[in-house]
Amino acid sequence: MKRVYPNRECCIGCHLCELACMTAHSESKDLIIAYTQEKNEQGLAPRKRIFHKGAACVALSCRHCDEPSCIAACISGALHKDPETGETVYDRNKCVGCWSCLMACPYGAIRRHPLESKIVKCDLCKGREGGPACVAACPNQALKYEER
Amino acid sequence: MTYVLIGNGIATIGAIEGIRKSDKDGKIIVIGAEKSPAYGRPLISYLLAGKISRDQLALRPEEFYDRSGVELRLGTTVDKLDAAARTVTTDKGETIAYDKLLMATGGTPFQPPIPGSDGPDIYNFTNLEHAQQLITLARDMKRAVVIGGGLIGLKAAESLFDRGVEVTILELSPRILSLAFDSNAARLAAKRLDEVGLSVRCGVSAKEIMRGDDGHVKGVLLTDGTFLETEVVVVAIGVVPNYDLAKKAGIKTDKGLVVDDYMVTSDPAVYAAGDVAQARDLLADENRVVPIWTNAYNQGYCAGKNMSGTSSPYIGGLAMNSISFYGLPTVSVGTVNPPDDDSCEVFTDLNEKKQSYRKLVFQGDHLVGYVLVGDIDQAGMYTAFIKFQFPIPAEAKEALIAGQPGVLLWPEQFIEDTWNPKSTPGA
Repeated sequence: MKRVYPNRECCIGCHLCELACMTAHSESKDLIIAYTQEKNEQGLAPRKRIFHKGAACVALSCRHCDEPSCIAACISGALHKDPETGETVYDRNKCVGCWSCLMACPYGAIRRHPLESKIVKCDLCKGREGGPACVAACPNQALKYEER
Repeated sequence: MTYVLIGNGIATIGAIEGIRKSDKDGKIIVIGAEKSPAYGRPLISYLLAGKISRDQLALRPEEFYDRSGVELRLGTTVDKLDAAARTVTTDKGETIAYDKLLMATGGTPFQPPIPGSDGPDIYNFTNLEHAQQLITLARDMKRAVVIGGGLIGLKAAESLFDRGVEVTILELSPRILSLAFDSNAARLAAKRLDEVGLSVRCGVSAKEIMRGDDGHVKGVLLTDGTFLETEVVVVAIGVVPNYDLAKKAGIKTDKGLVVDDYMVTSDPAVYAAGDVAQARDLLADENRVVPIWTNAYNQGYCAGKNMSGTSSPYIGGLAMNSISFYGLPTVSVGTVNPPDDDSCEVFTDLNEKKQSYRKLVFQGDHLVGYVLVGDIDQAGMYTAFIKFQFPIPAEAKEALIAGQPGVLLWPEQFIEDTWNPKSTPGA
């Protein structure tokens, strides 16, 4: 399956992928509204996370692992593998906010929704024309969306 | 190939998914004692609390069993296992032959020998039926006593309290959560419960359950001589592996059903997974019964892969719990109560006012356990260091202790192999 692969060598830590992610997952699909309103009012949060260490940085999100720890840990059945696509799918309605996945995922790819007892996780911008918004927004080719 | 899976919990879900990873055609028969398709057992506390409805309990979508080609025999128990003939016989009189058998029979609630505990009004809170009964009872019930201040007991108590029942928790140890948490975390959780109005009594237990002339529970006499009026007693002291069926068939047992690194019991056609299994533990480097949700799925998945011919060793279980007490989230992973000697180094950061706590346990240059209360957002990043067993250099250790774990502290090559591999990444 196609996945998003981050390259540390190219990442400049600009956080544009985070903004693109937020916009893609917003209702308005408008960066300014997403960032100034939806973030505060609805707890809109990016599915990506940038790690910095000195000059090094990398932008990470759900790896859609073959054998995901989050699915093993999920007590509600909210996380499962799509048998067709191989994606790790999150069903918001089933989630009870127990944070087991957040504890079990060793990749730090799951975060708590800022306002609700739900998680926030990369869905590879399902349904978005042109694929994941983070990849499209990256100014330095640090994110690749491809089969490997 | 016919696979028979006894038990219909999370270990069996794992096994179905493990088998179907490579074997798309073999026949899978699941025999479950309860009547409903597999549900999230920990969800019964959410159900009892009224936070979710019954139709949210299923662990997999309705079409899962069909799509996975699984024949379900629900409301059915296995009376006999004939390991030599490779057959099981159900209480309905059906005899089913298997090529590979999975014992995923889970645990049975431990019932302490308290006088008066035989009879009505005693519940365990480990299955859906008990949760349903408690929901019905809670409408008219004024008081309940929960015996056991572990995770199940506290969640049962919290849920009953949410239904308007006055609840007292009895814990024999000097503190609650003695297994999964250290004393600081337990104190924060206890404080939270106390603020809400739940009564927690440590260092005492039930001496006798008193019944009226009608046979119903009237109250509990405690070891310190006090008497608590109550209509219902919930016993939540833990579970013991439910292995009698296999034991009678001559399969090796110790604390649980002993399995090798491929989840095989002493009988090469019989596998075991979940709360019944005594399997490798990642940190202890020995086989243990660790009744933990994640372990059960992983063991089932691993068993399923091996049953279907994909040789795949089990990396070992890791005790982990994530649980919230009235909105106070807590996470505990690995060794959190190290022995009181020089073998481990412990770092803690406690802020009682903010109700936040972090504890890291190092053994040599490895992280072997942690506890987080309140701010749990970094949890998985700590889990990584335990799970992948990275040696931790001084600089990284400082960052962890300061509460700043991160991927860039991993060994360089591991970062590259995990995040930016040349070919399809592994698990």
